[in-house]
Amino acid sequence: MKPEGWRDLTPGAVILDAGNAREVKTGTWRTVDKPVFKEEHCSNCMLCWLFCPDMAVIVKDGKMVGFDYEYCKGCGICAFECPGKKGQKAIFMEEEKK
Amino acid sequence: MARVAAVTGNEAVAEALRQINPDVCAAYPITPQTELMQRFSSFVANGKVDTEIILVESEHSAMSACVGAAAAGGRVATATCGPGLALMWEMLYVASGMRLPIVMAVVNRSLSAPLNIHGDHSDAMGARDSGWIQLWSENAQEAYDNTIQAFRIAEHLDIRLPVMVCMDGFIISHSIARIDYLEDDPVKNFVADYKSVYPLLDLDNPKSFGPLILTDKYHEYKRAQHEVMTRVKDVVLTVASDFEKMSGRKYELFETYRLDDAEIGIVILNSAAGTAKDVVDSFRERGVKAGLLKPRLFRPFPYEEYAQALQRLKAVAVLDRSDSFGGYGPVFMEICSALYPLAQRPAAVNKIYGLGGRDFLPQHAAEVFAELEEIARTGRVKTTKEYIGVKE
Ligand code: SF4
Ligand code: SF4
Repeated sequence: MKPEGWRDLTPGAVILDAGNAREVKTGTWRTVDKPVFKEEHCSNCMLCWLFCPDMAVIVKDGKMVGFDYEYCKGCGICAFECPGKKGQKAIFMEEEKK
Repeated sequence: MARVAAVTGNEAVAEALRQINPDVCAAYPITPQTELMQRFSSFVANGKVDTEIILVESEHSAMSACVGAAAAGGRVATATCGPGLALMWEMLYVASGMRLPIVMAVVNRSLSAPLNIHGDHSDAMGARDSGWIQLWSENAQEAYDNTIQAFRIAEHLDIRLPVMVCMDGFIISHSIARIDYLEDDPVKNFVADYKSVYPLLDLDNPKSFGPLILTDKYHEYKRAQHEVMTRVKDVVLTVASDFEKMSGRKYELFETYRLDDAEIGIVILNSAAGTAKDVVDSFRERGVKAGLLKPRLFRPFPYEEYAQALQRLKAVAVLDRSDSFGGYGPVFMEICSALYPLAQRPAAVNKIYGLGGRDFLPQHAAEVFAELEEIARTGRVKTTKEYIGVKE
């Protein structure tokens, strides 16, 4: 495909395609660690979903079910914020084997 | 039809804004602002316009609020001058880069230090690379007429770009002169209703303004911005011809005065052009073929048209009321760039005059014309750039 040239751009760099951030796969440049989900410690408080700066936390029927690593940059915010259950976090960061 | 009045330049532009009735005006309400916005805000307070006026804490914020209001979809105007314009600098590029048709009156004033708020062109010349269209005005009448035309130019669908309307601080902004006002209805019909192309407040069609564009596309966006500037002069001429039909007053890209058969000429912006025209007349009476060119559209700069108008001269002096320290004056740089491609071009000199409100007197123009006669005769330029009217 021919790359977008200067004639193809919207005036003033306005983005008309709402929600097109989903085209940007943040996960391609994830740092060394990735979050791992331990369902048994999860209280479904949704803090991870709220704090994730991208859209990597997958929620189904009001329940946290895991991560979409295509959008996860490995920042660790979810693991930091997770209160988990009974002093056990439901998210921990694990070094990724490349 | 016309209403004749004796008003200051500030009042004249405020009256144009009253007739246009913009949706939003954001302004910083104390110095370095002029009374222009104060006049306009009394129209707001007295219910003469529906404009929402936003008083902010700095000129940087004033332009930021204008950017937001214009992106939201409103017709937006503001006014500034001197250091105020300098403080807006960052946001000027945002307004033009986002292609927001904001209209701003610029009352041309000097920049500190030393502290001085009198008339010169340092402010707007500093903003000449910001992607704004610049219209310059000799007197209150031109400032009024240019303000009305500026909305049509800015909002024209071929361009959609912000416009600065410049007039000289104090000499024009604060001095009373005769002006022919147009009636409200013709002005309202002339500018017509404004419809934003991508209003942020159109909630059915969500969109984003101001994205991060990195090395992969920034260069292309700037190329596109350059392209849109190349379309401006045609829009300016179309709007001027419509304006002439309404008002009987003719505007072009620049004004020429007794230039057609001239051998020597002066290029000079704004109010000092009025003084210099009188001096052209006195030289003509003595049989000297003197002429004058007064730029109106300075950004974008229509190089070919300027070259065509000046090519038959033997010698030209470009008078700048601002300096690019260590370089030539900004108008001189443009005129020389315009003349360079010509096989036969006039000798050119640059005079810096009138900084910080220093008077430009007929004798200054006369001295320049006398020097041009000498250059035309000998073909020799002694000094390319020189300050005139300066105490030695
Ligand atoms: S590591 Fe960062 S990006 Fe990845 S899921 Fe957690 S919060 Fe989101
Ligand atoms: S923050 Fe922790 S406990 Fe809360 S929903 Fe996410 S994984 Fe579960």
